[in-house]
Amino acid sequence: MPTLTIDGQEITVEANTTVLQACEELGIEIPRFCYHDRLSIAGNCRMCLVEMEKSPKPIASCAMPVGEGMVIHTKSPVAEKARKGAMEFLLINHPLDCPICDQGGECDLQDQAVAYGRGGSRFDEHKRAVKDKYLGPLIATTMTRCIHCTRCIRFATEIAGVEELGATYRGEETEIGTYIEAALTSELSGNLVDVCPVGALTNQAYAFSARPWELRKTESIDVHDAVGSNIRIDCRGAEVMRILPRLHEDINEEWLSDRSRYAVDGLALQRLDQPYVRVDGKLKPASWDAAFAAIQARLNAMGEAKGERIAAIAGDMADVESMFALKELFTALGSRNLDCRQDGAKIGGKHRGGYLFNSTIAGIEDADALLLVGCNPRWEATLVNARIRKRWLAGGFPIAVIGGVASATVDLTYKYDYLGAGPATLAEVADGSHHFAGVLAAAERPMIVLGSGALARDDGAALLDLARRIAQDNGMLGGDWNGFNVLHRAASRVGGLDLGFLPGDGGRDVAGILDGAGKGEIDLVWLLGADEIDMTALGQAFVVYQGHHGDSGAHRADVILPGAAYTEKDATWVNTEGRAQIGRRAVFPPGDAREDWTILRAFSAVVEQPLPYDNLQQLRRHMAGEVPSLGAIDVVAAGDMGAFGMAGSVSAEPIVSPVGDYYLANAVCRASAVMAECSQLYTSAGGAGRAGGATGTDG
Amino acid sequence: MGFIRNSARSLLLWEIVEGMALTFSYMFRKRVTINYPYEKGPISPRFRGEHALRRYPNGEERCIACKLCEAICPAQAITIEAEPRDDGSRRTTRYDIDMTKCIYCGYCEEACPVDAIVEGPNFEFATESREELFYDKTKLLANGERWEREIAANIAADAPYR
Repeated sequence: MPTLTIDGQEITVEANTTVLQACEELGIEIPRFCYHDRLSIAGNCRMCLVEMEKSPKPIASCAMPVGEGMVIHTKSPVAEKARKGAMEFLLINHPLDCPICDQGGECDLQDQAVAYGRGGSRFDEHKRAVKDKYLGPLIATTMTRCIHCTRCIRFATEIAGVEELGATYRGEETEIGTYIEAALTSELSGNLVDVCPVGALTNQAYAFSARPWELRKTESIDVHDAVGSNIRIDCRGAEVMRILPRLHEDINEEWLSDRSRYAVDGLALQRLDQPYVRVDGKLKPASWDAAFAAIQARLNAMGEAKGERIAAIAGDMADVESMFALKELFTALGSRNLDCRQDGAKIGGKHRGGYLFNSTIAGIEDADALLLVGCNPRWEATLVNARIRKRWLAGGFPIAVIGGVASATVDLTYKYDYLGAGPATLAEVADGSHHFAGVLAAAERPMIVLGSGALARDDGAALLDLARRIAQDNGMLGGDWNGFNVLHRAASRVGGLDLGFLPGDGGRDVAGILDGAGKGEIDLVWLLGADEIDMTALGQAFVVYQGHHGDSGAHRADVILPGAAYTEKDATWVNTEGRAQIGRRAVFPPGDAREDWTILRAFSAVVEQPLPYDNLQQLRRHMAGEVPSLGAIDVVAAGDMGAFGMAGSVSAEPIVSPVGDYYLANAVCRASAVMAECSQLYTSAGGAGRAGGATGTDG
Repeated sequence: MGFIRNSARSLLLWEIVEGMALTFSYMFRKRVTINYPYEKGPISPRFRGEHALRRYPNGEERCIACKLCEAICPAQAITIEAEPRDDGSRRTTRYDIDMTKCIYCGYCEEACPVDAIVEGPNFEFATESREELFYDKTKLLANGERWEREIAANIAADAPYR
């Protein structure tokens, strides 16, 4: 624990911290470009120079470890002159094009040039110009602006795990780029825009459309996957302009996956902005009253036993408030046919630990062995994958994979042992005959992660049981460590399971509802944003689609009730860890669309079963009364374990990940032009897999 | 004596004569009024009149949609929307000035890095309706074309003091 003096203040810090970190602890700001908390130290921008006594030259504080008795001056004339010089050198080749640069207004170089630079330039010679690089459809480049901090290279190599960026040539000729012209093959590439301190890498989709000072910022939650990344929604007027990550150390750190960031244009397209009623086979615009009347007429026609003949399915982006209201409404109507598991996952029940990511995302860093079963975390939960990579980089972390990825050659950004594709391998690990069972047994804090691909099978319950046995037999459930994890991929799933949005006694699950609808036993199906079910199986049933995008559900619907997308409502979602988080409304829903729970509240009055709440606070109070975990925001309560899953025979079918296309996984993405472009570039290309078929030159 | 003098002044309407003499004396002095609108007074090169969006001599519009004028406008009279043009350059798709909000402070001109938005010498743009004072990009560019010679001369005249 060395003690040093900075600007006359004494401080004792951990050994191996740097001078810059010590300064930060004291609240002294040191300008920097290349240094980033989460990346390795490069020390090449020279902006963080400070004066150290007994040193002949100023030192780069980001790269200098603290030493006993150091005396540092950060505001001395020497330090200030050094910074001024470094800034002048950086600005030699940086173009003065701030007015047309998208980074203008939120640019580190701009801010620090004002704070630490000279008033004017003394440079009369020609400035250097660099050809722009192609990094894919998500990132716009203006490489002349690059100051060679190498943050992007370090991010791609260390965090994203794709060694595709690098610097070529030397000195003033240095250029950052992909060695071969090709799009970056990372689902985290959008973060390059955030780490770039200047305007060299900017958000292609947001190009030139707004300035940071005219945006209204709303802190919210992402629902494109079940990670529950914290986001900031930037909007201007009634339009969402962009989405940025927000710091949450336990979930997304400060990163965001590309789908969450770049699908924003989908929020303005294909929207349902008024109710529709199908008349003579065609959907016709209608008023809210007419839409409700159409549903009510259908309900009345069913007579007394209508509870048995109606069903509700919740989609992947539904918030818990609307699911709660829908559940109460259907319970009041006498129905037990409810399900929130569109994919038919064999999961849920009274043991909450049986469907949570119990180790927590931050907890991955404490684990020392990992078994992934039937999931491709890179596509299903990109930021969980980034956390696994972070832990893997730290060393001593054997990772094994069963199913989920097609073969051992699939790049998950870390090395893994591909044990097999099918449940048989899982059974071998469970009975201890497989060699990886020994690794798990020897580990102190082993983890097993069960993906939704494994659960959404006919033998899902048996696989769940096997996974639970592996957890139990290998000490994953002992004491303060819980290594049993389910990795969900739908933002609504854990919330739905917590609420018990599940078939009641004798009720039908999704397969049962579809079966019943096909046979004519179910007359009315209420889809709460559910688009991923087989619409053709709904037969002659009367379908009410409540949602925000004109996707498969709306096409099949007989009545469309326009709801709000996740940026347009105050609502709660529960992530795969079981952490309830509140998203806030950034803009109002378009046209006649309304927040989802209010639609259900209004309809409940029409059918004379009024729900007992008139505002969100009352609803939340009711909900927290029934399910206390939903009232505790941003808290992960340990899930109780118990007997879940069901022992049974398993099939020999390989376990596959349910994410066919990362970029088109939900209705918002499917409406987005940017996502369509990415999908075409990255995932189709002649079936050659990611990047294999795309050269990047064909657009 | 005083009585006679006062009576004579009042009888001869002396004050009137004096007054008329002053009045008629102005007939031989230089005129200060002008025959507006056929004649106009001189204005400074810094005069802040009607707005105009300028073009470069090659016809390319100057405005690059940096939105600094929109940001600085104290009356929030300027509205800009931008997107990449087909050739990839940053351009406005909408540039509106609400002339009824504008307070003619000249900050927009001051903020503009490319001398695109300027307040020209024209002050005669009264309209019959309020709506006509909501200027759009077409109107502003047309103003620029019409007044370019005067605007360029004014900017050149003021350049040494900037």
